[in-house]
Amino acid sequence: MVEQPFPSTNKVPLTLPSRTIRLWRERIIATVLFLAAISSVITTLVIVYILFAETMIFFEKVMEEHQESLLAALVEFFTGTEWSPLIQPISIGILPLLSGTFTTCVVGSCVAIPFGTIAAIYLSEFAPAKVREFLKPVLEILAGVPTVVYGYFALLFVTPVLQKIILGVQQFLAPGKESWEYFELPGFNMLGAGIVVGLMIVPYITSLAEDALRAVPVHLREGSYAMGATRLQTAIKVLMPAATSGIVAAYILALSRAVGETMIVAIAAGLQPKLTFNPLEGAATTTAYIVSVSLGDLPHGSLEYQSIFAAGIMLFVATLILNVAGYFISRRYREVY
Amino acid sequence: MPNHFSHPAAILRSIQVRKRWEKVFIAVGVFSLFIALATLVLLVSDLLIRGWPMLNWRFFTSPPSSDPEEAGISIAWVGSLLVILVTAFVAVPLGIAAGIYLEEYAPKNWLLDFIEINITNLAGVPSITYGLLALGFFVYILNWGESILTAGFTLALLILPIVIVTTRESLRAIPQGIREAAYAVGASRWQVIADHVLPYSMGGILTGIIVGISRAIGETAPLITIGALTFITFLPDSPLTTQFPFISFNWVWAPFTVLPIQMFNWVSRPQDAFQINAAAAGIVLLVLTLGVNALAIYLRYRFRKSIKW
Repeated sequence: MVEQPFPSTNKVPLTLPSRTIRLWRERIIATVLFLAAISSVITTLVIVYILFAETMIFFEKVMEEHQESLLAALVEFFTGTEWSPLIQPISIGILPLLSGTFTTCVVGSCVAIPFGTIAAIYLSEFAPAKVREFLKPVLEILAGVPTVVYGYFALLFVTPVLQKIILGVQQFLAPGKESWEYFELPGFNMLGAGIVVGLMIVPYITSLAEDALRAVPVHLREGSYAMGATRLQTAIKVLMPAATSGIVAAYILALSRAVGETMIVAIAAGLQPKLTFNPLEGAATTTAYIVSVSLGDLPHGSLEYQSIFAAGIMLFVATLILNVAGYFISRRYREVY
Repeated sequence: MPNHFSHPAAILRSIQVRKRWEKVFIAVGVFSLFIALATLVLLVSDLLIRGWPMLNWRFFTSPPSSDPEEAGISIAWVGSLLVILVTAFVAVPLGIAAGIYLEEYAPKNWLLDFIEINITNLAGVPSITYGLLALGFFVYILNWGESILTAGFTLALLILPIVIVTTRESLRAIPQGIREAAYAVGASRWQVIADHVLPYSMGGILTGIIVGISRAIGETAPLITIGALTFITFLPDSPLTTQFPFISFNWVWAPFTVLPIQMFNWVSRPQDAFQINAAAAGIVLLVLTLGVNALAIYLRYRFRKSIKW
């Protein structure tokens, strides 16, 4: 923010011919720039309005269909175990979609959190400068790969590999059975999709957690080294606790990515809503449901049209909570010292 | 507790143990990063092995077809190009203007805080939410239909936070002295920005724009949500015409398909033959997004190196 170095120009007793024009031009430009800045707020408002308005219509229709009160419809929405707004009789329990999102995110986190954190510690405390210079762009490239390409990778590379591994383990543990007696991983499964979602968010965790570790003041490191601690001891006993809020924020923001991830799960995890927490099965996530409905002919004003907004609002609220939490937690760690 | 550090040998052993753990951790750290590297290598090589035979001139010039041998990406890449054109046309001025306001004009008050939190949140909103916004607002309230215009605006809103944030960062990097010197010779606030601050920060802003564009090229979900048709065999009207005034904007209303949607369409077909097409489209997509990204990384490196205040 710039302080105007001299008080407002209209007090200067100069009568330059262009003074008024110049003042007005300044005002107009400031207004235009202000409107541009406000556009982001308007975007958010429109998102919220559209999601709420269409979801309200969705519930009105469901109330009419089932002849029940809004409360009953909401109870069904949050506790129902079946999601089939397209097939009569309709049922609108959101839990199957949430279970799909939850399961892929858990699988993704199991991959991303250990790898991401270890990679961050390694990059910030151990890696020689040359290795860092090589690996940072690699991570940036990974973060830039289009998610539809990751989806392809999950469906046509990771899943076949997993199928072979799972079959191989079974043959090793219980040899000599007929091939059809072994469990076969379905082509659409949440395990493969979740693993690839995890690989996708590793770069986010690594780069955010590394920033947090590097923000820890040098004298904390030096104090620890002076006491005879090794780099590993310093990293785990001094830096990790000092950077906890930054690292947790990295996890939360990465989790928010995983929750909102669409193409990987739509391609590789299946499009059938199913209440299951078993990653070996296929099930639609909230995002995949929106995609699967959008792929078909989507008549404006039909129940399936409104149902994707009802699913979308869950997604929006979940990521909003995660993002705001991440924002405030990450702001905290800068103020500790 | 026994004082086992009293003996020199015990101390040495303790040091050895700790050093060994350090080595173990380094191995684990290298392994973690190796996984990232391996993912990239496997991804690229899988695409290349499957899709390479398909990549020829015909693939780039043929429309999609129900015969995998015949199908190509001509409609898709033209669609991507036109959509990105609209996106850039909207997002670049809007994003730079918003960045300038927030960094150079906005008083530090609750409104600035609010806008900042808002932009942070928009950057983290799942991309498919923008698709729902576009479906409800652009397609049905503004009645733009499933057109290139709708798609361009949708992606523009999506990359706006990226452009705003990088614009602000590059403006912040300009030393205060430059602004004060310009004010001292009588420049108005806008003259200071337009003649000095903005030109000097152009490198950083350009990097942000390119990163945003790269994101927009690869984005699929919001465009599927607005109902982008996945099987289109004709090109939109040409922007150049033979009659006066030689430029036509009919194309912004045309239905379209883009590269990532074309790839998604091929991946989700049950026939194996289409997976070759999907892989080939994946290579093109990867080369485009990563090429554009690499350009941004290079530019950032160049500008950081050349600027010495």
